Amino acid sequence: MYQYDQFDHQMLADRNRQFRSQVERRLTGALTEEEFRPLRLMNGLYLQLHAYMLRVAVPYGLLSSAQLRQLAMIARKYDRGYGHFTTRQNLQYNWIRLEDMPDILDALAEVEMHAIQTSGNCIRNISTDEFAGVARDEIEDPRPYAEILRQWSTFHPEFSYLPRKFKIALTGATRDRAAVAFHDLAFRIVRNDSGEVGFQVIVGGGMGRTPVVGKVLKEWIPKRHLLAYSESVMRVYNGYGRRDNIYKARIKILVNDLGVEEFARQVDEDFARTITPELELEEAELERMRAFFAPPAYRELPERDAAVDALLEKDKRFRMWFERNVVAHKQPGYAIVVLSLKSPGVAPGDATDDQMEAVARLADEFSLGLLRTTFKQNLVLSDVELSRLPELWGRLKALSMASPTVGTLTDIICCPGLDYCSLANARSIPVAEKLIDRFDDLDFIHDLGDLRLNISGCINACGHHHAGNIGILGVDKKGEEFYQLTLGGSPEDDASIGKIMGPAFSQDEIVSAIEKVIEVFLARREPEERFVDCYRRLGMEPFKERVYADH
Amino acid sequence: MQIIKKRRIVEDDWHHVEDGAELPEGKVIVSLSRWQSDRETLIGRRNSGLGIRLASNEHADDIAPDLEHFELVALNFPTFRDGRAYTTARLLRERHGYQGELRATGDVLRDQIFFMHRCGFDAFEVRADRSIDEALKAFDDFSVTYQPAADEKQPLWRRRG
Repeated sequence: MYQYDQFDHQMLADRNRQFRSQVERRLTGALTEEEFRPLRLMNGLYLQLHAYMLRVAVPYGLLSSAQLRQLAMIARKYDRGYGHFTTRQNLQYNWIRLEDMPDILDALAEVEMHAIQTSGNCIRNISTDEFAGVARDEIEDPRPYAEILRQWSTFHPEFSYLPRKFKIALTGATRDRAAVAFHDLAFRIVRNDSGEVGFQVIVGGGMGRTPVVGKVLKEWIPKRHLLAYSESVMRVYNGYGRRDNIYKARIKILVNDLGVEEFARQVDEDFARTITPELELEEAELERMRAFFAPPAYRELPERDAAVDALLEKDKRFRMWFERNVVAHKQPGYAIVVLSLKSPGVAPGDATDDQMEAVARLADEFSLGLLRTTFKQNLVLSDVELSRLPELWGRLKALSMASPTVGTLTDIICCPGLDYCSLANARSIPVAEKLIDRFDDLDFIHDLGDLRLNISGCINACGHHHAGNIGILGVDKKGEEFYQLTLGGSPEDDASIGKIMGPAFSQDEIVSAIEKVIEVFLARREPEERFVDCYRRLGMEPFKERVYADH
Repeated sequence: MQIIKKRRIVEDDWHHVEDGAELPEGKVIVSLSRWQSDRETLIGRRNSGLGIRLASNEHADDIAPDLEHFELVALNFPTFRDGRAYTTARLLRERHGYQGELRATGDVLRDQIFFMHRCGFDAFEVRADRSIDEALKAFDDFSVTYQPAADEKQPLWRRRG
């Protein structure tokens, strides 16, 4: 992974000194809350319903075991013993005291971490494929480019007061696992007609109250243009994005208003006269960055392991876990393992300090001391020797991180909702917990196949409900919590936005509504058909009819 | 009034002139629309000092062909959250080669001055209710920067050494 040098360390030290002074000025009243707000937000500090919430950046979802141990320490010492992994691959603490913030930031800096730009109207944490560098379908590892973008966007003097927040994603794989179509700006590593590797550029995707699937801005740009071209995109947005209405301030609105062709023309015009030719990336810098993410020295191992094969034959529970939570690795004899953070009785994405420390130990013992976070709110050990899967499985079961449900109905993406968030209209965690309780028959869940269910507690859509095959959106009706149901969204290559089924449901009704949706799916499904394909074939009507029949 | 100019606190000798108001003696800063309607008159008195101010929805291209006439360009921040002037400043400095005074006006606060300075601002009308001495510290907020801007043409990766 990327290693800080003296410059990166110095910048964090400067930042923490600056924020310490800002906190002091706030505590003495020299700064008003209104003036302090954007400053704390640029350090990921939100004021929530009960306390401050701190969002720590996990750049492109990559963590070392030492970093995770420090996150566990912070959870124990400064919070209530747990943290929440978010849909932007970050980690949030829910019970932070403002006075402790400077010390927390210093503790993060010790392990080369920070909370810079995890909030505010600036370029946010850059996200990428959770299997970057180990996926079989990868053209090139996107992480060196993610780090290049991270550095360029950090304290960018021109783009720190944008019309609205700005989210960038990258993938180097042929299959999109990073929901790139739902980002303000995204880069897919692709080959052009002559075989040269560069980026396809996608712009103007997003969720929130106006969900939009991103559009192709440029079919191909050479790698060396990554930063200068990004700078032109940002410049057009900063100059012309709307600032009169925060709900119309994201880049997707500007792109829609201008049309993607006209937006592209303006970007090209700025780029043709770029003021930063110095941002052209030379091969030496790309090489330097790639070296940080070079593949480890893998052992020569057989493609299969007899003991694993035997256990797959013998133990159905192991087989289920292997089918759902283990992913093929590009290196023979290795496996990618997804650690589920979706267990009964636990808010999706939450992990305790003890769990974090235990996972850090597993990363050291099984996966070269590294792990990843995913936007689906799970964790990943990316380099596990196949022969050690049975042992790892046993250890994960003891940690309640072996739910064999990754990618199924109960691998729910869920925002913190009204239990924590000051923006929410309704609670989302109890809905997720009820669904996980209700659908606890593993055979049944496995038979349903790939299914993405996402829950947001309000229209801001942090729980990605628009992109769920089944989406649940919390709404407020005269002071009561209600839930809208959407069907047909997808965050993948077939990106689409779910459609609202009809009138909203109470919290009790929403579980039975989903039961009925599943009944229709099972009754009408063709062999092996995915839920989202079945919905696309049948349309909303049969689902709607059944759900509202005796409503 | 005191302002920060080139990292020093100085007495301001420029006058902001409202659109309908008569032109006073001395150095004046006028709006874009006044410049467009009174262009000849203003050029005629250039020896006493002419500056122009842009609102945040007015762009560098609006004055680029006329830059030779101005000793000062003032870019307004109606609120510190409105970041358009950062782009305007960089374009004036880095695309159009403007060398004169580039002044931040409006909601100019200590915590944005470092970024403003990086984008090419060299003069700051710090908001009247704020300590100008405190604001002077902002230039040293960071000793390292990753990306090129008006103050530093090379990205950090070429300066790491």
